[in-house]
Amino acid sequence: MSEMELRVRALESVLVEKGYVDPKALDILIETYEHKVGPHNGARVVAKAWSDPAYRQWLLDDATAAIASLGYTGRQGEHLVALENTPAVHNMVVCTLCSCYPWPVLGLPPVWYKSAPYRSRAVIDPRGVLREFGFELPAETEFRVWDSTAEVRYLVLPMRPAGTNGLQEQALAEWVTRDSMIGTGLPTMPEPKRELA
Amino acid sequence: MNGAQDLGGMQGFGPIHPEEDVSLFHADWERRVLAITLAMGATGKWNIDMSRAARESLPPAQYLASSYYEIWFRGLERLLLSTGLVTAEEIEAGELKGATSPVPRVLMADQVNAALLRGSPADRPATVGARFKVGDIVRTHQMHPLTHTRLPRYCRGKRGRIIAEHGAHVFPDTNAIGLGEQAQWLYTVRFDAVELWGTDTTAASVCVDCWEPYLDYPNAEPD
Repeated sequence: MSEMELRVRALESVLVEKGYVDPKALDILIETYEHKVGPHNGARVVAKAWSDPAYRQWLLDDATAAIASLGYTGRQGEHLVALENTPAVHNMVVCTLCSCYPWPVLGLPPVWYKSAPYRSRAVIDPRGVLREFGFELPAETEFRVWDSTAEVRYLVLPMRPAGTNGLQEQALAEWVTRDSMIGTGLPTMPEPKRELA
Repeated sequence: MNGAQDLGGMQGFGPIHPEEDVSLFHADWERRVLAITLAMGATGKWNIDMSRAARESLPPAQYLASSYYEIWFRGLERLLLSTGLVTAEEIEAGELKGATSPVPRVLMADQVNAALLRGSPADRPATVGARFKVGDIVRTHQMHPLTHTRLPRYCRGKRGRIIAEHGAHVFPDTNAIGLGEQAQWLYTVRFDAVELWGTDTTAASVCVDCWEPYLDYPNAEPD
């Protein structure tokens, strides 16, 4: 067992013994964020916005309420703002000071989001960062970076990709990647469809 | 505090390697750190700003050499020690060594879902009118407090435009050091990237959420 494993186990047992934490509550917290809350929530929001112009407008006007209407609320998503990507503007979200991230719609942040390379570079070189994720945008597209310094959490609303005409919400949601809602990616054709194409 | 957490614009950390990121957790202890951090946060012995301040007060070399959940764990240890909930001997031994002081609340299993769905909104009723409005040109303060702040170094003393107003929110700079929530108006300020970085940038603009005490009109006298 690693030193950290030992230290964490020791501290957890002290906290349980003291009655500060309920061990069953710990298991539920892990289960919730490892398996229940995740980017599939945000993908549903984006797909609905792509399909329903009234919902899209609501999302852009009051993301907290529009997202709550789908049942996604609470911790690290108390105050939500949706950022609309257009041919002219690409939005990218970062938290340079820690790891602020919209948990109810994206789950826990990926490791790279919390890492020094991403946190240091996103605010100064977003185009280079996006390139590192394998995406290039036209030179005339301007990059707008959002540094999550307060309790406001940002969700990027990516552009609906070409080739998705006629798709229903559920099928559209499969195109919405986690990274496309952070601004470090773009919507991508789901795997099975790519095989058929 | 100008600690190692304030990473915006630093250079030399190398590539991001998103493709290596197959799991949210590298080891099982990271899951446990997440859970005990959230559960201890729910006891009410400290607030989220104190948690962030504790993590930021790690020595810079240690902060930069640590994984994120390790930073959380070290921060949690500091909070447990500073509030007297756990002693250094207990941390070392992994067992109780004496009396236990009570906590205001304990998050029980059957309360977790409701607590997570409720969250902890940071907005508060405003006690005074907003000083600024959307469209105003402002300048952030040039400041270097030794205590917690959420104004990154790269955007201090810079001109920007207010593009959104979010109402009054808990002010981290006071809440982190036990001076209370002292809710302040919160705005999103958009800075032209050239104002922050000159021409050494591929961004067009950077938007930062700023509380009113961080801001002034550009022509105001220095504080």
